[in-house]
Amino acid sequence: MNYKLGTWAVAGLMAASPVMADLVFPSLSYRTGPYAAGGIPFADGYADYFTLLNERDGGIGGVMTRVVECETGYNTEKGVECYESTKGEGALVYQPLSTGITYQLIPKATADDIPIHSMGYGRTSAANGDVFSHVFNYPANYWNGASAAVNHILDVNGGDISGKKIALVYHNSAYGKEPIRTLEKLSEKHGFELVLLAVDHPGQEQKSQWLQIRRERPDNVIMYGWGVMNQVAIQEAANIRFPMENFIGIWWSGAEIDVKPAGDKANGYKALSMSAVGDDFPLYDDLKQYVVDAGKAAGAGDQLGTVPYNRGLYAAMLAAEAVKVAQEMHGEADITSGMMRDGMENLVITEGIMAANGVPGFGPEFSVSCQNHGGDGLVAVTQWDAAAGEFVQIADFAPTDMEIIQPLIDEDSAAYKAENNIASNCN
Amino acid sequence: MPEQLAFTIEVFLNGLMAGVLYALVALGFVLIYKASGIFNFAQGVMALFAAMTLYGIMNGQVPFAHLINAIFGTEIHYFGWELPALLAIVMTVGVMILLAWMVQRFIFRYLVGQEPIILFMATIGLAYFLEGVGDLMWGSDIKTLEVGLPQGINETIDEVTFGWFGYGLFIDNLDIIASIVAIALVAALVAFAQYTKQGRAMRAVADDHQAALSVGVSLNFIWILVWSLAGFVALVAGIMWGAKSGVQFSLSLIALKALPVLMLGGFTSIPGAIVGGLIIGVGEKLFEFWIGQPFLGGATENWFAYMLALLFLVFRPQGLFGERIIERV
Repeated sequence: MNYKLGTWAVAGLMAASPVMADLVFPSLSYRTGPYAAGGIPFADGYADYFTLLNERDGGIGGVMTRVVECETGYNTEKGVECYESTKGEGALVYQPLSTGITYQLIPKATADDIPIHSMGYGRTSAANGDVFSHVFNYPANYWNGASAAVNHILDVNGGDISGKKIALVYHNSAYGKEPIRTLEKLSEKHGFELVLLAVDHPGQEQKSQWLQIRRERPDNVIMYGWGVMNQVAIQEAANIRFPMENFIGIWWSGAEIDVKPAGDKANGYKALSMSAVGDDFPLYDDLKQYVVDAGKAAGAGDQLGTVPYNRGLYAAMLAAEAVKVAQEMHGEADITSGMMRDGMENLVITEGIMAANGVPGFGPEFSVSCQNHGGDGLVAVTQWDAAAGEFVQIADFAPTDMEIIQPLIDEDSAAYKAENNIASNCN
Repeated sequence: MPEQLAFTIEVFLNGLMAGVLYALVALGFVLIYKASGIFNFAQGVMALFAAMTLYGIMNGQVPFAHLINAIFGTEIHYFGWELPALLAIVMTVGVMILLAWMVQRFIFRYLVGQEPIILFMATIGLAYFLEGVGDLMWGSDIKTLEVGLPQGINETIDEVTFGWFGYGLFIDNLDIIASIVAIALVAALVAFAQYTKQGRAMRAVADDHQAALSVGVSLNFIWILVWSLAGFVALVAGIMWGAKSGVQFSLSLIALKALPVLMLGGFTSIPGAIVGGLIIGVGEKLFEFWIGQPFLGGATENWFAYMLALLFLVFRPQGLFGERIIERV
C-alpha cells in the first residue's frame, strides 16, 4: 500500500512539474569493445564541451544542453537501437560515429527529420545536399583525405610524383575501400603507380602485406585503418624499416594510441587531420576551470588534449554553432531537429568564430549550403614526435582536388537518388 | 637463385612463425578440451586478461582504480612501484591460478556431468564476465607491454641470406623468440603429462572421468590444474601478441585464429595444435602470396584458413591428430 502511495506521489509530482526545455544531443558512444580506446576520448570531448557551455554560459541561447549517451560498442545493430531509443528525447542531431551505423540511419533520420553529422566518415557522397537532405559530412570526407595525402606527397616531392609507387594499406571493409576510386583517378592524373593492399578485420596479423611492401618498395604508403590494424601496421612498418616520414594515415589512423605501442620507432609517422592537435588553446583553461576541476568531466577526465578528444570537442563545437545559427534563423531558442537541420545547412565557420570559442585555428574555415553538405574539404597534416609524445601539425588546412572529387560525389549521389527515387532538396 | 624463389622462402618461413603464434593460442583450447571436454570460448579473453594483469602488476596500477575513485572521490591510480618483468610474470601466473580456482569453484563445480553445450555456454558467459572485469580492473586504454622482447628484422639472417640470394630475408626477432618459447612450452607440457604424478592424473581424467574418480583422482584438482595451465598458455600468447599490437581488447579476437588450427589439428592433441598451426600459417601466407594478392585482391588469409579447416571437417572430422570419433549403436 505504502509502495503504491509512493508511486502515485512521484507520478503526481512529475506531472505537476514544469517541462524543462533543453537541447538534446545524443552521443552514440563506444566505451566498450575492440574500439573503445578510440571511442572513449571522442565521447568525453563531445560531452565535456556541452558541460562547459552549461556551466559557463548557461547553455546555448539561454537553453541548457543535455547529452544523452547510448553505448553502441561500435556495433551497427546496437547503434540503430540507440537511435530508436533516444530519438524520442528530442534529439537535435546524431553523430553515428561509425560508417555502418551512418548507412543504416540515413533513411531513418531523413524520414524522422533529424540531421546526421558524419564528420569525416560515413557515406562520402552525402556531401551532395541536394540528394542527402539530412546528412552532413563537413568539414572533410574520405575522398578529401585521399586527395590530401597525395597533395602532401606532391609537396614533399616538389610537385612531381610521376613514376612513383604509392601503396594503399586499407581495412578490407566499405570504409577502407572508400579512397580507392579517388586514388585511381589521382594516379591517372599525376602518373604514379597505385598498389592496393587489403588487410582483413581486425588486422592483428599483417605480415603478408608488409612483406609485400618490403618486396615492392613503394615510395609512400597511405593507410586507411582503424583499431588494432593501426598499431600493428605502424609496428610492422617499423620492423621492415619503412621510412616513417613516407607513411601517412587518414585521420582515423592518427591518434596517440596508434603510435605509442611502436615506441620511438614510430617517430615521424604522419596523419591527416580535420581538427587541430594539442591543448594549447584558451578553451582548455575554461575546460579545466568549469569542467575538470569542478568534477564534472566525462569518463575519467584523463583524455584532454588527445587527438580523438579534440575531435569530440570539435564535433560538439560545430553542433553548438549550428544551434546558434538555427536559433537566429527561426527566432526560437528551444529549437527542433528540423530547425537544427536548417542551422547546419547555413553554417559558416570562420576564424573569428573559432577564436571567439577559445579555439583559434582549431579547424578549417568552411561554409555549408543546400547543395554542399561537405564543406570545403580542407585537410591538415600532422606528424608524430615520439620524444615529445605528441602529434605536431606540420601543414595547415589546405584545399583538396575537388576537380577529381566533385564528379565522383555527383556520380555516386545521382545513382543513390535514382535508386531511391528522391526528390531534389534544393529547388 | 631467382628472386621469386627467395620471396617464396621468405613467405614460407614467416608463415611458419605466424603458425607458431596461432598454435600458442590453440594450445590453451586443447588443454582444457582434452581434460574436461569443455570448448573454452573464453580462451582469447583469458589471453587479454592475463596480458592486462601483467601490465598492471609491472606498472604498479591499482586494480579497479576508476571504480574506487568514482565511489570514494579519491584520485589513486598507481602504487608507485615498477616491477621487473620476470617477477610480474610470476605474480600474473599466480593471478591466473586464482582465476582457475574461481572458475572451478563458482562455475564448473556445479556443471559436472552437464551436456557439452551447457559447458560451452558457461564459457561464453565467462568470456563476457572477464571482458568487463578486465576493463574495470585495468582500464580499456591500449597498453604498451615492455617485457624486453626484441622486435624488428633479424640483422644476421638479413645479411647472411643477402649474401646467398642477393635478397635479405625478413624474419622478425619477436617471431624467433615466440617459436623458441612455443617449442619449450610444448616440451614442458609433454614432459609434465608424461613424467609427473599430476600429469598422469590429468591424462587419466582426460581418458575417462569416472574411472579416474574411482581410483582416487580428484576431478576438482585436475580441472583447476588444466585451467591454470591454460591460463599460463594464455599469458604467453598474450605477451607475444600484445608485444606486437599493444595490450588491447582486440587481443581477445586472436581466438578466431585458433579455431581453424583446432579443426585441422584436432581438439585433443597438443602436437596437433602445433602442426595445425604451422599448416595454417604456411598455407594462408603462401596462398595469399601466390593467388590471393595477384588474382583475388588480397586479404584471403582468414578465408583460406577456414576453407582448409572446412575441407578437413568433411574428410577427417576429428582433425589430423584428434581422437577418432566412434559411435556404437
